[in-house]
Amino acid sequence: MSSVRAFWRWLTSMRTALVLLLVLAVAAVPGSIFPQRGVSREAVDEYIAEHPDLAPLLERLWAFDVYASPWFSAVYLLLFISLVGCLAPRLRQHVTNLIKPPPDAPARLERLPVSTTREVGQGPTEAAQTVRLAWRRARWRTAVRAHADGTVTVAAEKGYLKETGNLLFHFALLSLLVGLAWGTWYGWHGNRLVVAGDEFCNTLHQYDEYGLGARTSGDRLPPFCVTVHDFQAEFLDTGQPTRFAAEVSYVEDLGEEPRRWTLQVNHPLRLSGANVYLIGHGYAPVLRYTDRYDQVFTTTAPFLPVDGMLTSQGVAKFPYANVPPGQSSADPPAQLGLTGVYQPTANPDPAVAASIFPAERDPVLTLTAWQGDLGLGSGVPQSVYALDERQIALGRLTEVGTRTLRPGESWTLPDGSTVEFLGTRPWITVSVRHDPGQSLMLFGAGAVLVGLMVSLSGKRRRVWARIRPADDGGSLITFGGLARTEYPGFADEFARVVAQVDMAPPPERAPAGLSERSH
Amino acid sequence: MAELSDTLLFVAAVTYVAAMVGYLVEFAFGTRGAVARVAMRPVRELVAVGAGGGASGVDIVSPVQPERPERDDETTPRAGRTGVAGAIGVALTVVGLAAHVAVLVTRGLAAQRVPLGNMYEFVVTLTAVCVVGWLVLLAVRPTLRPLGVFVTGALALMLGFAGLVLTTPAGPLVPALQSAWLKVHVSAAATASGLLLLAFVPAALYLIRAGYDKRSGLADDGTPRVVAFPFSLGRALPAADTLERLTFRLHAFAFPIWTLAIICGAIWAEAAWGRYWGWDPKETWSFISWVAYAAYLHARATPSVKRTTATWFSVVAWLTMVVNLYVINFVAVGLHSYAGVD
Repeated sequence: MSSVRAFWRWLTSMRTALVLLLVLAVAAVPGSIFPQRGVSREAVDEYIAEHPDLAPLLERLWAFDVYASPWFSAVYLLLFISLVGCLAPRLRQHVTNLIKPPPDAPARLERLPVSTTREVGQGPTEAAQTVRLAWRRARWRTAVRAHADGTVTVAAEKGYLKETGNLLFHFALLSLLVGLAWGTWYGWHGNRLVVAGDEFCNTLHQYDEYGLGARTSGDRLPPFCVTVHDFQAEFLDTGQPTRFAAEVSYVEDLGEEPRRWTLQVNHPLRLSGANVYLIGHGYAPVLRYTDRYDQVFTTTAPFLPVDGMLTSQGVAKFPYANVPPGQSSADPPAQLGLTGVYQPTANPDPAVAASIFPAERDPVLTLTAWQGDLGLGSGVPQSVYALDERQIALGRLTEVGTRTLRPGESWTLPDGSTVEFLGTRPWITVSVRHDPGQSLMLFGAGAVLVGLMVSLSGKRRRVWARIRPADDGGSLITFGGLARTEYPGFADEFARVVAQVDMAPPPERAPAGLSERSH
Repeated sequence: MAELSDTLLFVAAVTYVAAMVGYLVEFAFGTRGAVARVAMRPVRELVAVGAGGGASGVDIVSPVQPERPERDDETTPRAGRTGVAGAIGVALTVVGLAAHVAVLVTRGLAAQRVPLGNMYEFVVTLTAVCVVGWLVLLAVRPTLRPLGVFVTGALALMLGFAGLVLTTPAGPLVPALQSAWLKVHVSAAATASGLLLLAFVPAALYLIRAGYDKRSGLADDGTPRVVAFPFSLGRALPAADTLERLTFRLHAFAFPIWTLAIICGAIWAEAAWGRYWGWDPKETWSFISWVAYAAYLHARATPSVKRTTATWFSVVAWLTMVVNLYVINFVAVGLHSYAGVD
């Protein structure tokens, strides 16, 4: 039992909290060194591919999920437990302090950092009341105590708000933890790419990538559909973007009249139960393929940007091409795959496949055609942005030629089929998110800030007056003051506080009898 | 207008260097300066210096001179010829600030927006906040003037680096930055950073001064002890407790502003990226700095922790700010990549 208590005392001590704070700061560092799954899944995959030796070890240490790792969670949970263990008694103490009168004057007021004495004509009881009223008027909490030896003390305290702010700040930090947990459990998000002209609805299978909170099921997502009509980007001559805007319309209920919205980077579409954010954009070449049996296939293939000038790479796949009419498949298969590099503004050097401007000033599409078996029937999921390298390696997919096309141009392949580049359609990526913890986080953050400012600017201080009866019926008052926190201006305030007590000196010695000694 | 802005930056940086020279003259040759003390010392003692093997860069404390007559409550800076140099330093700082503010105004006019859109503008703004803070400090406490050497030195260094390396053409904002939150979030971050930079100066100097106090005095054989660099700088500095209190008060003032900057950043991130916190490298390091400064404030409030130990926390915290500003912008790829310094 005593060891448990000792552990608790260790955990809730300020030294431990300080160490935990430092450990928390250090523990957050690896997350900025290694790519994080929570930030960019692609970057993690790339890193693992580049460091095959190191990656398994890092994986075991949660280096790619630092902020969800057991060791990071352990640090902040220990810190918060330490915080609660520290706060609970402080809260109790603070409530007690707020209820209880300020403590009585220490034995020797003249030993305090600031003190002074004064003689007055009033008797101790009367003088104490005058002191108390003056201080009460200046919004000090006061208490008057009469002692057996005939002296009367007035105790006053101010600055309780400092500890109130301190407690508010720390409890608000706890509310942030609750808000974070709430959002993680009951929040969800989905990301997808939408080509202009297309529509998507809020169901999980419509998302390219999604994440559900631990306490969320995907079948109760709010029903809404969004249609992307158009996307426009504006650029400076340097290629720096100045405006991204997607014209969308949405319905939140079936049978509802669609409403329009301009989706922009800092201008999300806020629906009940989810928000839609504009995350990215690019070009999707539209390709028409007329196969050797004159069957026509048209596809819109979103290409992914590889640089700031929107040089984009992608692939168009025609798995049903070149199947003889009346048959279900061709033998050998003659499916068509087109890999390509799209430059919205062609590089003046034809050997360099890097766009020189992100808008379509001189668009060119360089295609490489592959024929054979795309490998789509193998059951292994494939990227929609690349051909299956294994099929190429196995010789099941062979290159038939390369050609650079401008919009409207066509290319006849050796087997007589034709590829036509019709133009492009813009696409955007959207993130649809719901985080129910957000409002608590905002409220908590506001409370953190208010608590912090009150706690750092507040000054807890006490002043006392000890009033002794004098022989002539008057009294001798000793004032003393003590600032309990950093407060360089306390001596000035103490002087003011003493001056606020407006009392006549003993009549026979007035006015010279006003003696004030500073220590 | 953009060229004028670039020229003014050069003017501001050079003026701060000139101001630093003014402060430095006072710091080194002032009546309480190290050199002046050696010069005033009787010949016998100078022999003792040689006998003690005093190499260059070391300092001794004279047993004859009363140790550190100035106290915390002293309000007038030193007079005399070197005092004039210090006053010139202050005047040049004011001139430099005028040019500095003009840099921001002309930059804003050239770009037709608030000059808070990239790393260059951020550094120019945060250093301007630092200068304003420094001049306010001087107005309240003229005795802090010896600190001017280090304040203007840091400013000239940061402005020079901004002008030579970070400089980017004035232009409109990328769409992600086109938000009213830019003004709130970035200006709060720049204000907090500028004040924390200013707060770092007394923090580091307090550690030097405290080290000097510990090392100076008389050795067992009655000869003055040799104080090595950098603690030898401590002699001309204000009293240790003055520096320590100033360090705390500046941090206590700047920390809530830093908190505000992070909160505004989170609100903005929600609107721009869909989440209020995503452990982007910049976010991560602002969190690290926040935790480090929180640790300093807690250490400072804990009686059992020595004041020098607590101050070390603030020095480490400032280093995390430097990492966030200079390392993360260049090395890490994140959503905050607006520095424009590829």
